[in-house]
Amino acid sequence: MSSVPRFWRSLGSRYNLEGTHCKECGEYFYPPRNVCVNCRRMGELESFKFKGTGEIVTYTLIHTAAEGFENQAPYTLAIIKLDEGPQLTSQVIGDPDKIQIGTRVKSVFRKLGEDGDRGMIYYGTKFIPADA
Amino acid sequence: MTIGIVSYGAYVPRYRIKIEEIARLWGDDAEALKNGLMVYEKSVPDVDEDTATIAVEAARYAMARSGVNPSRIGAVYTGSESHPYAVKPTSTIVAQAIGTTPEMTAADFEFACKAGTAAVQACMGLVGSGMIDLGMAIGADVSQGAPGDALEYTAAAGGVACLIGRKESELAAIIEDTYSFTTDTPDFWRREGMPYPEHGGRFTGEPGYFKHVTNGAKGLLNKLGTKPEDYDYAVFHQPNGKFPSKAAKMLGFTKAQITPGLVVPKIGNTYSGSCLMGIAATLDQAKPGDRIFATAFGSGAGSDSFSITVTDRIEEIRNLAPTVSELIKDPIYIDYAKYARHKGKIRLA
Repeated sequence: MSSVPRFWRSLGSRYNLEGTHCKECGEYFYPPRNVCVNCRRMGELESFKFKGTGEIVTYTLIHTAAEGFENQAPYTLAIIKLDEGPQLTSQVIGDPDKIQIGTRVKSVFRKLGEDGDRGMIYYGTKFIPADA
Repeated sequence: MTIGIVSYGAYVPRYRIKIEEIARLWGDDAEALKNGLMVYEKSVPDVDEDTATIAVEAARYAMARSGVNPSRIGAVYTGSESHPYAVKPTSTIVAQAIGTTPEMTAADFEFACKAGTAAVQACMGLVGSGMIDLGMAIGADVSQGAPGDALEYTAAAGGVACLIGRKESELAAIIEDTYSFTTDTPDFWRREGMPYPEHGGRFTGEPGYFKHVTNGAKGLLNKLGTKPEDYDYAVFHQPNGKFPSKAAKMLGFTKAQITPGLVVPKIGNTYSGSCLMGIAATLDQAKPGDRIFATAFGSGAGSDSFSITVTDRIEEIRNLAPTVSELIKDPIYIDYAKYARHKGKIRLA
């Protein structure tokens, strides 16, 4: 998957949907940004934990899985718009027939992948339909 | 000093496999198994769920019910016999995911099916001594049963988290006392590196479960000077439906007392989550002032008994997270092929 230190540095955003919020213009960022793209050096960013609710903007059903995901195929990958504004790409768990553009979703804590039998197990956020 | 449960949270995966489906594969008599075990279906984790994800979901529900600042939690202990790493604590993953890090202590517990209640006792000690303000104790498992083994009919997945504290205004239930009964009894084990546990068949019954559950329960009743009829509810470790029913009868508890907490027929044995799941299901419907008697059992072997009194606060927190009955309704049934895939019994090249 990724290197251990690289994943470890993003634990906050992976586990708890931690991003940033610009107090100057009000925009939210996920993953977290160090500088506000609107306000540049005039911006004032604060850490922000997203609620974890949103809706599916678009999605695709993966049948030919990437290495390490063979056991999960077919699975849904979606672009999700969080209620606070930012969009992110995530797996959506559940029956693919019940996943549509506009489906409301909520975050859950799941295994994202692992480096074989000996390597690290990567945990983080995925989404499920909100009515599940 | 008063110590008790500030809040609790349970989690059960959505998938189920019926006893008939497992019996179909192995040519067993499903009706005889259902009648003997008093288990009709069991929970199965999703392909991306394990003990850590279940522990996190249960702990997050406990946090949602409590409303406390996570930085007040001084210890996170997770009991399981299926920790995802042999070395690397599940509890650090949980602590990070509920935001209690870094000023806290954490460790993983293992004592077959009673590791979760051992974690509760450890938190009671730390909270009671004033070493910490609040402690999170979790029992969670994705338990293993070898294909074709009797355990496969009951080994299930689920977890429960209990936030233990001492501030009386915050307690949803007071733990009046606890008592443990422990011996070296080799009724069940799993050697390092082995995928499935071994067990002593019928040897797990009398010298294992019944000896430790009845002595542990009697020990606490004697210590407190209470009788079974002093309690509104009772929970005994539920590896199947038959054992806790028989233990209750042996001790003088009634069917009505154990029924609210007896969730094993619908979800199977959640191992380290088992007794705590029964306590959670009972707290879901208990009224202020009700008393709950609970005894957890872990092979190897030992039992932890608890005497609990529910407070007024239960009504305020109960509906802030899903109840056990809400978690187990609307299951998705899968066949043995999908079950094998979910449990990693199929090794991909």
